[in-house]
Amino acid sequence: MMRPYTPKDNVQKKAYYTDRFWVAPRIPEEPVPEGSDYAEDVAAVKKACKVLNAYIQRGQLVIYVNSEDNVTALKALKEERGYDMLSELSAVDFLAERGGFEVFYQLLNLNAARRLRVKCFVEENHAVESVNPLYRSADWAEREMWDLMGVKVNNHPYLKRLIMPDDWEGHPLRKTYPLEGDEFAQWYEVDKIFGKEARDIIGPENRDPGRIDRYDTERFARLGHEVPRGAPAEMVDKAEETPISYQEEEGVFLIQKLSAENSKVLDKRR
Amino acid sequence: MQQTNKLRPFFENLEFEREDNHMVINFGPQHPSAHGQLRLILELDGEQIVRAVPDIGYLHRGMEKMAENMIYNEFLPTTDRMDYIAATSNNYGFALAVERLLGIEDKVPRRAKVIRTMLLEINRIISHLFWLATHALDVGAMSVFLYCFREREFAMDLMEDYCGARLTHSAVRIGGVPLDLPDGWLGALAKFVNELPSNIKDYEDLLTENRIWRMRLEGVGVIDADLARSWGCTGPILRATGIEYDIRKEEPYELYDELEFDIPVTNTGDSYGRYKLYMEEMRQSARILQQLIAMYDETEPELMAHVPQYISAPKEDIMTQNYSLMQHFVLVTQGMRPPVGEVYVPTESPKGELGFYINSQGEPYPYRLKVRAPSFWHCGILQDILPGSYIADVVTIIGNTNIVFGEIDR
Repeated sequence: MMRPYTPKDNVQKKAYYTDRFWVAPRIPEEPVPEGSDYAEDVAAVKKACKVLNAYIQRGQLVIYVNSEDNVTALKALKEERGYDMLSELSAVDFLAERGGFEVFYQLLNLNAARRLRVKCFVEENHAVESVNPLYRSADWAEREMWDLMGVKVNNHPYLKRLIMPDDWEGHPLRKTYPLEGDEFAQWYEVDKIFGKEARDIIGPENRDPGRIDRYDTERFARLGHEVPRGAPAEMVDKAEETPISYQEEEGVFLIQKLSAENSKVLDKRR
Repeated sequence: MQQTNKLRPFFENLEFEREDNHMVINFGPQHPSAHGQLRLILELDGEQIVRAVPDIGYLHRGMEKMAENMIYNEFLPTTDRMDYIAATSNNYGFALAVERLLGIEDKVPRRAKVIRTMLLEINRIISHLFWLATHALDVGAMSVFLYCFREREFAMDLMEDYCGARLTHSAVRIGGVPLDLPDGWLGALAKFVNELPSNIKDYEDLLTENRIWRMRLEGVGVIDADLARSWGCTGPILRATGIEYDIRKEEPYELYDELEFDIPVTNTGDSYGRYKLYMEEMRQSARILQQLIAMYDETEPELMAHVPQYISAPKEDIMTQNYSLMQHFVLVTQGMRPPVGEVYVPTESPKGELGFYINSQGEPYPYRLKVRAPSFWHCGILQDILPGSYIADVVTIIGNTNIVFGEIDR
């Protein structure tokens, strides 16, 4: 029997069925209208560096530039066109299709309430220049991008992992990184606390402290099926149902059965 | 170099034994005033902070990764867990982003819009009350905490009556809302909204002219306009620097262009100015809610957008029409397939600009989803505003920036 083929370059979840004739529609990429504010934004970038593509998608301008021109483009937009806030910066993993990342810079002009996105393509193992001197918000965003996507940033003042631990291996948001984590991630705590040699002793079934063993009688009371603590697993299944009663007949005075006629139900709080 | 894998504290670039008299202390991640899992490494000269390094990631759950492995409707309840103080704002931000990706934003029925705007504003009040309560507690005003939680409880009762949940609401769906308002809910809301301004006045009487409160807040944690712009600060932090920018006004979504409300602004830039903004914003939210109550009755009882390609038909259709049932089956098991493209949609959450960037490749799973959470930047700015202030002000500044770690670490 042959194992089914699973692509290794993208291990994220896939649709289990797609019609053979399905062609995904595209959101139209409209040309930038002449004389609009967006056209002036594009002109300002064109003056500073090469613009590969510029279009409007769902009302927002998208400008494609070369990855080495990112600082030049953002500088032109900030200083000439008033885009003084970098609201978001991150990357999209296209390693499988195109061998690189699309880095996007989401800019906002506060005075005109206008947003645009500058995008550039960075090949794997290439770096982008930091935009930290222009926008301080790039400080953490670039660290996060490096941490989770593995896009290197040149001349960043403190390029260190932001979210994952310092000694982490791999970049979790890449498409090659499985959702449940790779081997390093799954054994991280065990390796760190007990050392690698403890992997065999602990074993994969005890690796996860959140794992629940349904026959564990040490840690879990089995409501309605109580057995003595630490009872062997065979006993659990055979255990008969132990009905729970909250009120003993002639029991303690304060623990009484609820009688509907003697109790008052508030229809409203306060 | 220390051994990093032996569970001993490991501080990169930090020396503990130094010639100068600086002391390095570790704040958090388990600290009641850190408002979550914030670890701050502070370098002190006497009581003055020389350097502050925020360390985050203790609440990282990989939500962006999870989004890539979930269909769009599946991910919506996960967004609750970002800013868990005001969960509906996140639900709404995500739903709006997907709606804009699908191009069905204007097909959402008007009643759904009214209900959504109501929920958003109730969540804003809940969030602001929670902020005031915990911030006042941090600074030392215990009774304000109790009063605010009383009021917040009533607002959460409203949310509970509507959707059954108090904290993680999931009260918005892509394309509308799941439920109409229950009987008597509008009356309860009107009562809450009418009483809220006098309650806010009570808090102000306790705090605004309080000598201790003013001493602890005035001139503390000053963020000027340039720094706020540069760090991408939004929400009350940006408006406290004199920049009047509220996404509800500038880039209106939902019904905000029809509603009358003011955007409070101050140019002090300090914690006290922000406190005043929060109080005024709650009043404006009450004002918005009052207008929405009047708008509700004029709407048709339709709750979900009619876009059979993307959104399941109403229950009656599913139960009576074969094709609707088939479509519903496909939408539930496989999920909707948005067109290829990308959107970035900002909304004004109680904490600032909450944006969702979605890159779709025509699959039922988003190819990339990036959450632009306001607290992320409001936490990053700590490394620039803490140096120069005193150790006693750290808790005030952290509390005042209104950061919540669910959305910083995601």
